[in-house]
Amino acid sequence: MNSLRRCTRRKLHHASVIPSLVSTSSPEFRKRAESMDTIVADLQTKLAHARQGGGPKAAERMQSKGKRLPRERLSLLLDPNTPFLELSPLAAHGVYPGENIPGAGIITGIGRVAGRECMIVVNDATVKGGSYYPLTATPVDDDPKQVKKHIRAQEIARENRLPCIYIVESGGAALPHQANVFPDRDHFGRIFYNMAQMSALGIPQIASVHGISVAGGAYVPAMADENIIVREQGRIFLAGPPLVKAATGEEIDEETLGGGQMHSCESGVTDHLARDDEHAIAIARGIVGDLGAAGGSVVPPAAFSEDPLYPPSELHGIVGTDPRQPFDMRDVIARIVDGSRFREFKKEYGPTIVTGFAHILGYEVGIIANNGILFSPSALKATHFIQLCSQRQIPLLFLVNVTGYMVGSKAEKGGIAKDGAKMVRAVACANVPKFTVIVGGSFGAGNYGMAGRAYSPRFLWMWPNAKVSVMGSGQLSQVMATVSRDPSQHASLKAEIESQSTALYSTARLWDDGIIQPTDTRDVVGLGLALAARGRADMHGLAHTHSTTQWEGGFGVFRM
Amino acid sequence: VHNLSLSTRRPHFDKILIANRGEIACRVIRTAKKLGIKTVSVYSEADANSLHVLEADEAYCIGPAPSSESYLRIDKIIEVSRKSGAQAVHPGYGFLSENAKFAERLAQEGIVFIGPPSSAIVSMGSKSESKNIMLAAGVPCVPGYHGTNQDPKRLFSEAEKIGYPVLIKAIHGGGGKGMRVVSNPSEFMDALESAKRESLKAFGDDGVLVEKFIERPRHIEVQVFADTMDGVVSLWERDCSVQRRNQKIIEEAPAPGLSPELRADLSEKAVAAARAVHYVGAGTVEFIFDKDTQKFYFMEMNTRLQVEHPVTEMITGLDLVEWQLEVAAGNPLPLTQSAIPLVGHAFEARIYAENPRNDFLPDSGSLLYISTPIPTHTFAPSLTPLSSGTAQPTRREADTSSVIAPSLRLEQGFAQGAQIGVFYDPMIAKLIAHGRDRNEALRILRRALEEYKVVGVSTNIEFLRTLAGNEAFIQGDVETGFIKKHYAELFPPVPEPSPELLAQAALYVTLRDIPASGGHLSPWTSLGARRFNGDVHERTVTFSKDEPSAVPTTVKLRSTSSGHFDITVARSSGPSTTFTSVYARLTSPNTLAAFSQRTTIVSQLPSPALLSSTSERLHIFSANGAKTTLALPAPSWLLSLGGDLLATSKGGLRAPMPSLVVEVKVAVGEKVEKGQAVVVLESMKTETVLRSEVAGVVKAVGCTKGEMVEEGRELVDIEADADSY
Repeated sequence: MNSLRRCTRRKLHHASVIPSLVSTSSPEFRKRAESMDTIVADLQTKLAHARQGGGPKAAERMQSKGKRLPRERLSLLLDPNTPFLELSPLAAHGVYPGENIPGAGIITGIGRVAGRECMIVVNDATVKGGSYYPLTATPVDDDPKQVKKHIRAQEIARENRLPCIYIVESGGAALPHQANVFPDRDHFGRIFYNMAQMSALGIPQIASVHGISVAGGAYVPAMADENIIVREQGRIFLAGPPLVKAATGEEIDEETLGGGQMHSCESGVTDHLARDDEHAIAIARGIVGDLGAAGGSVVPPAAFSEDPLYPPSELHGIVGTDPRQPFDMRDVIARIVDGSRFREFKKEYGPTIVTGFAHILGYEVGIIANNGILFSPSALKATHFIQLCSQRQIPLLFLVNVTGYMVGSKAEKGGIAKDGAKMVRAVACANVPKFTVIVGGSFGAGNYGMAGRAYSPRFLWMWPNAKVSVMGSGQLSQVMATVSRDPSQHASLKAEIESQSTALYSTARLWDDGIIQPTDTRDVVGLGLALAARGRADMHGLAHTHSTTQWEGGFGVFRM
Repeated sequence: VHNLSLSTRRPHFDKILIANRGEIACRVIRTAKKLGIKTVSVYSEADANSLHVLEADEAYCIGPAPSSESYLRIDKIIEVSRKSGAQAVHPGYGFLSENAKFAERLAQEGIVFIGPPSSAIVSMGSKSESKNIMLAAGVPCVPGYHGTNQDPKRLFSEAEKIGYPVLIKAIHGGGGKGMRVVSNPSEFMDALESAKRESLKAFGDDGVLVEKFIERPRHIEVQVFADTMDGVVSLWERDCSVQRRNQKIIEEAPAPGLSPELRADLSEKAVAAARAVHYVGAGTVEFIFDKDTQKFYFMEMNTRLQVEHPVTEMITGLDLVEWQLEVAAGNPLPLTQSAIPLVGHAFEARIYAENPRNDFLPDSGSLLYISTPIPTHTFAPSLTPLSSGTAQPTRREADTSSVIAPSLRLEQGFAQGAQIGVFYDPMIAKLIAHGRDRNEALRILRRALEEYKVVGVSTNIEFLRTLAGNEAFIQGDVETGFIKKHYAELFPPVPEPSPELLAQAALYVTLRDIPASGGHLSPWTSLGARRFNGDVHERTVTFSKDEPSAVPTTVKLRSTSSGHFDITVARSSGPSTTFTSVYARLTSPNTLAAFSQRTTIVSQLPSPALLSSTSERLHIFSANGAKTTLALPAPSWLLSLGGDLLATSKGGLRAPMPSLVVEVKVAVGEKVEKGQAVVVLESMKTETVLRSEVAGVVKAVGCTKGEMVEEGRELVDIEADADSY
C-alpha cells in the first residue's frame, strides 16, 4: 500500500509541483513584506500581553496561596513536548472600554494529555477571579465573551470528539449581570447542556476544581463524568457563606460548606481528593490515560510529511496587507502544502477559483482558493470540486481572498445567483470536515461560498491582515454615496465599517478561532486535519451510531 | 625448548565442566575454546541468561538461586558431569574450589579435578595445620594461637598473650569472610561471636584462630604452579595491599619497591610451601609483609586460581588456565623457573557493586546500563624474552627484557540487564592494564576506568579512578591500611554540580520526550512542543542531588528554534547562570551532544513500589569520566502521600540494602540501649549489624529471621525514651 503510494507520488512529482516565480528582492515584495511584518509584530505584542493574564500582581497573589498559575496548570496537564493549539487568545480584546480582559478570562485550546488530544478549558483566576462576567456595567456587546469562548470550545470538542478537561476556578455568573449571561440559548446554561450532550455521545467530560466553583460554576464539576477537587483549595457550593447566611441565617466557613474533604467524604460531589494543583492534574492525566476507546485513537497520516519547497516566511511579501493588491493564491499554497505539490483540478476552467488536491503534514486535503471575483464558471467548478471531495471523504481547506460574486447584467443573465447558490449549498452540505483560513478579504456572499463562520467549518482562522465584512469599505462608501444624501455620515460610517472588518475586531468577538501568523498556517491546519481524521475514524469505529455529531445527508436540491 | 616433545605429551581433555559462574566461568571457557576443548556450564535458576550459560557448549540448571542449593551441590555437579561426558571439572574460585570433599568425590567418580589433590586442600584449608607445616618447612609465620581449643575464654586469654591488636580468622576461611580485627579486649567477645557465625555460614565450620595483627602490613602473594612430577615454579608475586572490608579491590604485579633479592626469597619460600604439601596446579602463597621490619610471614595458601591471576598472566605472557589444564592432563609444567619472564607492570581493578562512600556496603540490582572501554587483548599477549638464548637454568632473577606494547583486558561475566543479586559475590568485572612500567599501566587503567560506565547499582569505579590517581598510590607507598590512611584524599567532598552539567541534564530530560522522527507521525506527535503566534514553550526541570536533604535546583529551558535552547540555571546559592541559543541533540538514546562535548546520561526509574519515597535518578557521565547523579524529585504531593503511608519515627531502623535477615535480637516491648545490636543482616555474604540509635522500647518488629527484605524496609521501630537525645 505504502510502496504503491510512493510510486504514484513519484510519477506525479514534476507535474504537480508549483513553480515559484516570486522575487524576494523586488521592491513590491519588500513593501508587502514590511507591512505584514509590522502587523504580525503588533499581533505578537498583543498576544504576549494577553498571555500575562491578569498581570504579575494577580499572579503573585495566586502563587502566595500555594496555587499554580492557570498556564502552569495547563503546562502540567499537557504531555511534555507536544503542541498546544490555543483558541481565540485575543477574545474580548478591546471589547469592554476601560477594561482589560485578556483572553476573556479563560484559556481554551487543544493539546495532548496522556497521548490523546483533548479540549482543555482553563479558568484564568488572575482575570477578575475567573468569573463568568459580562465584565462591565455598560457592555458594548450583550454577549458575554467568556461564555461564548467556553461554548465554542465545547462545540469544537463535540465536532472532533475530543475529551474535555475543565480546570475550574470560577465565581460563576455574576448576579447583577444575569441578563447578559443567563437567559439566552448560548448563555451560561448552554455549557451544562453541552456537557450533558457530549457525555451522552460518549465524549468524556472531566473537571478538576482548583479554586472556588460557585453557583452556576458548581455545575461544571457536578455535570462532569469524573471530577477532582484540591484539598483546602477547591470549593464547590451553590451559594457561598454570605448568601447562606442571608437565606437561612446559618454561619459557616467556605471549607466546611464546600471543601474537598466534605465533598469527597460526605456529599459525593467529587470523585478524587487531591493534595495540591499538581496532584489534581496528575489525577486528571490518569483519568484520560484510562479512557480506553472513549479517548479516541491516533490516526497517522496516509503519507510522509514533507516540507514545502519554498520558505513560508515568503508569505509575508507575497500577500502583504492591502486587500486591493492581488496575488496568486498558488504562491500561498506552495508554501503550505507538502513538497509544494498541488494536483490542480479544472485548472483552465473558471480560473478565478483554484481547486486541487494536496497533502498537509501527510494528511490529504482538497483546497479551494480564490484568485479573483467569483464568476458562474468559478462557482460551478467549486461546486463540482466540493462534491468530489465529499464523495471521496477528503477534508476541504478554504483559502479565502474573495471580494464576492460577479455583479452586472451579464452575470445576472448568466445565472450567477443560482450558480453562486449551488456553491453555497455544496459548502453547507458537504459531509467532510471544512477548514477556513481567511488570507485576505472575505466579503459579501463570497464569505458564504468560501465557508465563512455561518457555514460551520471545523475551524476558522484569520491572518492578521484579514478583513471580513458585507463588502469592502471602499465599495461600501460608494454604495452609500449612491443611496444616501448625507455625505457627512459617509466618512464616519466608512471608518466604523473599516474598524469592524478587521481581524482583531473579529477575533475579539469570537467570529473566528483565532488570528494566526501566516507562517504558522501549515502547522495549524495540519493539527486540525489530524483532529478531523481522528474524529472520523472514531465515528466509524463506533458500532452504534444512532446519535452522531456528523451530518449524514446529501446536498438537497440544486437549482440547475 | 621447554615443552615436551609431541610424542610424550598427554592429550588435553575433550570436554570439561565449569562449576562456577560469572567472569571466571567465562574466563575458563575462553581458554578451553582456544584449545578446542568443549565446555559444560552449570547454572542456578537466577543465572539462566548469564554469559557463562550462553558461552558454553552445553549448560545445565542445577537448582534455585541460593548457592547452597545450586553451585555448592556436589551431587548435582557430578550428575551433570556424567550426563554431559565431561572428563574434568574446573572449580574456578569460591564455591567448591577449595572443598576437599568435592575433589575426593570427583576422584571417586573418575573425573579429574582441575586443582590440587584433596590432601593439599585439607592441609592448607586449616589455618592452624597449615602454619605447623610451614614452620616445619622453614617458612616464617605470624605469631598466634592456632590451637583446637575453641573455648572463647581460652581464645581471649591467647589474644591477651599475643597482645592487641589481634586478628580473629576462620580456620577454614578466605576472602575476608569470618575475619575480624580486634583492637581492645572489650570488643573481643562480640567480634568472636560474629566471626564464628559468619564462618559457620560460609564454610560450615566455626573454628577460628587468633594471631598478631601487624599494623603497617602489605599483602604480597606469590603465584606458584606445580605439576605431578614434583616440578614447582613461582610466577612471581603480586601486591594486593589496598583492601577494603578485608577484601582486595586493586592488585598489581610485580609488587612495587621489592629488591630482586627479596623477590627471589619470596619465590623460594612460596615454592617451599607448595612442596611441603605436595601441591599440584595453580596456587597462591599469601604473605603478610611488615613495612617496618621488611619481614614477611606466611599467612595462608589459596589452593585455587585467584581472582587476580590476570596480572600475573600479563607480566609473564602466560595463560594460567591453559597451564592448569596442562597440569591436570598430567603434563609437566610448560616452562622452567628460569624461562619465566617478568615484563612490565600490570594492574587489576575489581569493579564491584558497592557504595564506597557508605563504608563500601554492597549494592544489588539490575545492570540497567553498561558501557565499557574496548579491550586490546583477550589473553595476555605472549612475551618473547630478548635474552632467551642466554637464559641460565639456575638464575634466580626474572627476565625483564621483553618489548611490550601497552594493553588492556576486560574480564566480565555479566551483560547489560543482568541482575547483581544478593545471592552471589557483587563483583561486576575486572579491568586489567599492562604497561612498560607502573606509571604507564596506571595511566591506562585510569583511562579505562573513565570509560567504564555502569548504571543500576552503585559501583566503586569512581573510587578506583581516584585511587589510581592518588599520589601515594602512584608512588607505590601501599599498605593494607591505605584507604583509612588516605581517606580524606580518596573521598574528597562531592563537588556541587556545575551549571553546565545541570543544563545538560535538563536538556536530556527535555529532548528524550521528543519522539523519533520518521514514520507516519501525527503532527500532534511530530511537531514537538510547538506553540503559535510567537509563544514559545518553556519547561522547568527541577533537580536535587541524589540525597533527600539536597536543595533543589531549577533549570528553565525555552526552545527558541529547532534544536536551540535558551537555558537559565537557578541554584539555591549564588547567581543564576544563563546560556543562550545552545544547540543540543541526542546522538543516541543515552548520548547528549551539547556544549561541544558528548555526555552520557542514563535514567534510572524508581521501583514502582517505592515511588512515594524515591525519585527518578539521572546518572551523568561527563567527558572526563566523572559521574554525577541527580534526582528528579518526586512531586510534593507524592511525598505527602508517601509520608502518610510510612510515618517515620526517630528510632526506626531500616534495611540499608536488600538483604537477608540473619537474626532479630529484640522483641516487642523490650528495652534497648543506645548502640545495642538489634538486627543482623546479610547481603552479598557480608554481615551488617544494625544498632539502635536511641535508648528506648521496641514498638514493632517488621521482619523475621530468614526473610529477604528490600532496601528501605522498616525493620524495627523503637520508641525513644524522652531523655534519650
